Amino acid sequence: MNLLEVRNLTLKKGENEILKKVNLILEPGEVHAVIGPNGAGKSSLAYTIMGLEGYSPKEGKIFFEGEDITNLPINERAKRGLTLAWQEPARFEGITVEQYLKISTNGSKQYSSSGIELPRLTPEEALLKVALNPEKYLKRKVDKGLSGGERKRVELASILLMRPKAVILDEPDSGIDTVAIEKIFEIIEEFKRLGIGVLLITHSHKMLEAADCATLLCSGFVVKTGSPEEAAEYYNVRCLPCPSEVYPQEEEKI
Amino acid sequence: MNDFEKMVEAYESSGGQPEAFKDSDVAHLVVAENRVLGAHLVPGLNMDVEETEKGIRALLVVEEGAKIKKPVHLCFGVLPEEGIQRIEMRVEVKDGGSVSVTAHCVFPNAVKVKHLMDAEIVVGNNARYEYRETHFHGNFGGVEVIPRAKIVLGENSALKSFFGLPKGRAGVVDIDYDAEVGANSVMELLARVNGYGNDRIKIREAGCLKGDGSRGLLESKIALKDEARAEVFNEIVALGAKAWGHVDCTEIIRDRAFAKAVPVVDVRHPEARVTHEAAIGGVNKTQLETLMARGLSEEEATEMIVQGLLQG
Ligand SMILES: Nc1ncnc2c1ncn2[C@@H]1O[C@H](COP(=O)(O)OP(=O)(O)O)[C@@H](O)[C@H]1O
Ligand SMILES: [Mg+2]
Repeated sequence: MNLLEVRNLTLKKGENEILKKVNLILEPGEVHAVIGPNGAGKSSLAYTIMGLEGYSPKEGKIFFEGEDITNLPINERAKRGLTLAWQEPARFEGITVEQYLKISTNGSKQYSSSGIELPRLTPEEALLKVALNPEKYLKRKVDKGLSGGERKRVELASILLMRPKAVILDEPDSGIDTVAIEKIFEIIEEFKRLGIGVLLITHSHKMLEAADCATLLCSGFVVKTGSPEEAAEYYNVRCLPCPSEVYPQEEEKI
Repeated sequence: MNDFEKMVEAYESSGGQPEAFKDSDVAHLVVAENRVLGAHLVPGLNMDVEETEKGIRALLVVEEGAKIKKPVHLCFGVLPEEGIQRIEMRVEVKDGGSVSVTAHCVFPNAVKVKHLMDAEIVVGNNARYEYRETHFHGNFGGVEVIPRAKIVLGENSALKSFFGLPKGRAGVVDIDYDAEVGANSVMELLARVNGYGNDRIKIREAGCLKGDGSRGLLESKIALKDEARAEVFNEIVALGAKAWGHVDCTEIIRDRAFAKAVPVVDVRHPEARVTHEAAIGGVNKTQLETLMARGLSEEEATEMIVQGLLQG
């Protein structure tokens, strides 16, 4: 049984098919990268797996630990151990970093899919892990006063606290300085050690180093699944020079 | 239990700290309907309170240069289901004086209660006045709260006024404040109101930035559901050079609630600047989905977002 399985997923927005018969598997403790050009459908895939409003698939199913979660509301998916970090995390007026982090600490004792008991962190420890000083940050608001990079790190801290079984990270490295990227890399390694499966949407070569396997999306199609090197190579050779927005043909898929 | 104890109990259940009434370093005034139940003074603060035919008249004076260390506690309330409370209050903070006031207005059982407040607030030069008023109107919606204030702020002074009604019904709330701000002074008028059922909320605040370098912020945040209605008419007029002002209104509406915001900015000096921002809409979808992705139910997530708005 896989931790997460996306089977034949098709998503429509208006007249357009944004995802076309997408298949993808994530195992516990595995980092599975999703790469592809802008507009390929990476975020849409993330939103569909998480079950956001407006992202009900037209066809296909999503399984989490063997259970069909295709029609479950977001919080039910979260309760089963699936979560998402948005590329542009929401800002909240009047809510402090501490209050925000606390909502992720309410869960009961958790075990990863491979049976490892996940250690309980405090909000302070979680902030330290994302290189934010708790004394400075706990009482700050999760609002416009935080920079994009700070906000994204708070988001990772909340996921560390939540200790999900699987997390989808939508471009965790975008808008983050190089020092912090190193931290994010370490956190992904930590997720892995804890047996948490990571679906890692990224553009960065550094992040790809953390991946065990990769899926290349283009125009809503999976055009390649394989090792990160193979997928990156395919992307460089086939996608980068691609002059048009022409959809890849079925036979081009591997 | 006597009336004083009952008031203190209602005060506590609306978030007040009843120990304050026992602390001899904390000045207080407790008024139930139109009766004074308790009053206590501290050095530097004078208070003159009388029961008149119409209601209560109170004069609060912070003497020149007096820094009142601990916040003055005011508790106004009507405990029975029906009643009228009418308060005329004049506050004078003399030059160099400084005071914080924490007021609780509690009408926990109100079915037909009216609370009328007419305030005159005069803050001198180099003085500071902070006023934080929290309301609890119970769950029947039977309260009419009509606060009026005329505020005059001297030079190099600061005034911050906060009106909060974060829980329970609002009933009818009709706020009308006028403020004049002297040179290099800062005025902030903040309101946070939660409304549901058929609550009616109206806020009108007008700030006049008269002096050079004066600053003003009018900020209203309102959350509505059911058939509640809110209208916010906030206005800043800037007359002084380097005067700076901002009018801000955020409202979250759900169900069949309506909200309206009419910010007015009126600038009469080329070196002054006033901006405004108004946002009215439902609960933000990404905020909601983010909290749900951490395991909160839709209701819990909505409550957290609304309380965040009202506490922020
Ligand atoms: N709400 C929407 N309505 C219509 N089209 C959309 C919507 N959201 C995204 N799209 C389209 O879907 C495609 C995939 O978008 P997205 O998933 O954001 O790609 P990526 O994350 O890979 O950059 C794009 O062509 C985009 O224009
Ligand atoms: Mg994207």
